[in-house]
Amino acid sequence: MADLSINFAGVKSPNPFWLASAPPTNSAYQINKAFEQGWGGAVWKTIGSPVLNVSSRYGGWSYGGHKLAAINNVELISDRPLEVNLKEITEVKRLWPDRAVIVSAMVASEPEAWHDIVKKIEDTGADAIELNYGCPHGMSERGMGAAVGQVPEYCSMITEWVTAVASIPVIVKLTPNVSSVTPPAQAALAGNADALSLINTINSIIGVDLDTFAISPNIGGKGSHGGYAGPAVKPIALNMLSEVANLAEVQQAGVPVSGMGGIQTWQDAAEFLLLGATSLQVCTAVMHYGFRIIDDLTDGLNTWLDDKGIASVNEVIGASISRISSFGDLDMNSHVVARINPDTCINCNLCYIACDEGAHQCIDLMADGVKIDPKTYTGTSKPEPVVREDDCVGCNLCSLVCPVDNCITMVPVERHRPHSTWNQLVSERPEVLEWDGMEHYREEVGIDIH
Amino acid sequence: MNPTPLTLDELQKRFTELEPPMTAREAHIEANRCLYCFDAPCIKACPTNIDVPTFIRKIGTGNTYGAAKTILEANLVGATCSRVCPVEELCEGACVLGSDHKPIEIGRLQRFAMDHIYERGTVPFTPRAPTGKRIAVIGAGPAGLCCAGELAKLGHEVTIFEKNPLPGGLSTYGIVVMREPIQVALDEVAFIQQLGVDVKTEHEVGRDISVETLLTDFDAVFIGVGMGTVPPLGIPGEDLDGVIDALPFIAQTKLAEKQGLEQLSQLPIADSIAVIGAGNTAIDAATIAKRLGADKVMIIYRRSEAEMPAYDFEYDFIKREGVEFRFLTQPLEVLGGDGKVTGLRCSRMQLGDVGRDGRRQVMPVPNSEIIIDCEQVIKAIGQEKLTIAELFELDTERGYIKVDGLCQTSTPGVFAGGDCIRNKGEAMTVTAAEDGKIAAKAIHAQLTSALAAD
Repeated sequence: MADLSINFAGVKSPNPFWLASAPPTNSAYQINKAFEQGWGGAVWKTIGSPVLNVSSRYGGWSYGGHKLAAINNVELISDRPLEVNLKEITEVKRLWPDRAVIVSAMVASEPEAWHDIVKKIEDTGADAIELNYGCPHGMSERGMGAAVGQVPEYCSMITEWVTAVASIPVIVKLTPNVSSVTPPAQAALAGNADALSLINTINSIIGVDLDTFAISPNIGGKGSHGGYAGPAVKPIALNMLSEVANLAEVQQAGVPVSGMGGIQTWQDAAEFLLLGATSLQVCTAVMHYGFRIIDDLTDGLNTWLDDKGIASVNEVIGASISRISSFGDLDMNSHVVARINPDTCINCNLCYIACDEGAHQCIDLMADGVKIDPKTYTGTSKPEPVVREDDCVGCNLCSLVCPVDNCITMVPVERHRPHSTWNQLVSERPEVLEWDGMEHYREEVGIDIH
Repeated sequence: MNPTPLTLDELQKRFTELEPPMTAREAHIEANRCLYCFDAPCIKACPTNIDVPTFIRKIGTGNTYGAAKTILEANLVGATCSRVCPVEELCEGACVLGSDHKPIEIGRLQRFAMDHIYERGTVPFTPRAPTGKRIAVIGAGPAGLCCAGELAKLGHEVTIFEKNPLPGGLSTYGIVVMREPIQVALDEVAFIQQLGVDVKTEHEVGRDISVETLLTDFDAVFIGVGMGTVPPLGIPGEDLDGVIDALPFIAQTKLAEKQGLEQLSQLPIADSIAVIGAGNTAIDAATIAKRLGADKVMIIYRRSEAEMPAYDFEYDFIKREGVEFRFLTQPLEVLGGDGKVTGLRCSRMQLGDVGRDGRRQVMPVPNSEIIIDCEQVIKAIGQEKLTIAELFELDTERGYIKVDGLCQTSTPGVFAGGDCIRNKGEAMTVTAAEDGKIAAKAIHAQLTSALAAD
């Protein structure tokens, strides 16, 4: 059994799985249940300024018959009385000393308000505080949440107010609703944040009702943009995580990052770890299936680490960051082609039509060794998709649409050209920036684009 | 000797469509499992070439009406086909997902879409401007209905002459209620009537309308009369009380569904019944006999299990219904006493060489006579060819109307399709539907070239 325990800026947790600050962490009742089932930590649903919620609050997006490919919400921070929350946090931490109990906070952008809430949170015995700079709806209109996270100066200013008085670690939670996530991250670190977490939810309209033309979720006939989360946001979260994890400030100081955004399974979790997350926060999957998913999250992660012969989860944190490159530094002479295994091919021909109409026209339908036109073909042999490897650009599309596992593999082929990147090429042969020069270069090295 | 009559509740339970409809959620999930293959094999496996992936995708996107429209564009009797097609041998048998797991339930999805459009009741086609051409269609079964519907869509004036009191052919009279309720067949006809087709029931050619009238008053004729009644067994005792034909027996149960199921308790049913023949009609008759309360129902077939013409799924089904099989058994005489059936005298048979029809021939085992006790005999040994070919003086082939690839008979302007031309291959609703379509296309081509020449 691999060791799943982590130490996140001094906060210890028996496994990296924390419940994100959200509806599942609204009360001691819920968090006690979650901890009983094995969750490593929980970030209490944001406490702070008084709010009033609307009804309804969540909208779902189904894809291909699968519910909640994404969810959005217009629910605000905790609407329970502050004193009740503080009392319950104290109880939970007392009951669960080995779990990470972190409190998310958001108050008006005034030093006194922040000083006051920090004091109250520390009095509960909580392990850390997370500053909610991300809430994209309701609070941002009041100058809080994303309204702070979108302005680096505010990020550093408020973080400074907090870190000046806090004795427990301070985590800054970043909003994805920015053109680049790195300036707010750097600003938070400039304000002495101990750690970062991302992503908060993304601005979204989840749907329009085709009968009534109302926006979903429908609140008395109208709707509002809400925070988008769930499986569909994972790739966006992974990219933002990698950008933050790659920052010199983060790497040099060893700033821990808590990753979240669409984590549903242990595979998702492993990807977040590899791209630099030390702890992992989960919300939508729990809202969909309940706390019980923790069993497979820890079990699956453990099995994967054991199979890889890795003793501790800490060994994989950030292990894929070095694999991220800028486009200009990618090797342009590495080449793969698609190969279709005729023995496992079920003849759905999705690869053929995807390549022919959606990509680069490198797959033919062949019957008895002859290319056929499916519109006019009347023969009895079943046409089979065949890749013209010389023309295949190695785009992967056919292998992505193929419904059979491992039927289409992308095979490296030797094109006998040395390692070369765009940046190298442009510095050595600047004439390729003009079409004449490019044509000449292609001819010289034998690149033929049909 | 007669089983206790069944209560109306029990009859309703036993004489209702077996396969439940898909729920919307079920259909949505199943539709989304479809790979949406390009140049999909299911399309080619369907004799009417329904664009299966397209209609299934439409169900998946919530466009069920559009799905039904896609089906109807290829097949105007799609509701019947969704219930009676041997899908394992056609579309579902060709599904690429069948190779390593479960094929898509194409038949049930098609039924889901067709049920939707009939509930909605909107015909998705607007017939073209009238051409002034008149076509007579003989027989309101699947072939005739499809031919009539396609021609009506093209703007022609079509009249169907049907000898029975109800239109729909086998769908109405011949497919057991458990597979297709009569209302499905009648809804299908109503749809085709909405396209402008005039359906005249109780109009038999040669009795109510002459061949001459048809040939002179109409610009083209399509014959889709199916097959005739069950022929005589040609053995002694056949006229005893208790020997009945399978087809009218099945028809009575269909009509009872419309007229009141309590009628079914009036049907004469004995405790032990021998059904002679092992085709789909025999299976249907045996199923009904069993469900009407007969204690012992036996299928008597002179060949073996391997030569049996019934579909595998029907064979599996009827075994579960508790019907027994007597293979390699040839009836020689219906035995009786006081004018009533008491049993069947049969000879055991043995398999010989493969004959000209590709099936192994059978010959009697000498001195192997046996008596099978039974109180009723249902004849289901195929159907006779009809005399319509003679009325129209058409060339025939093995008794079936001879047609070319466009369903044209030996007489110009007279076309035919469905079971009455099916001298080889399997006679199915879906092939009849395709014949109707082919003929309609050919008739339209002939008439429009004539129009252009006018």
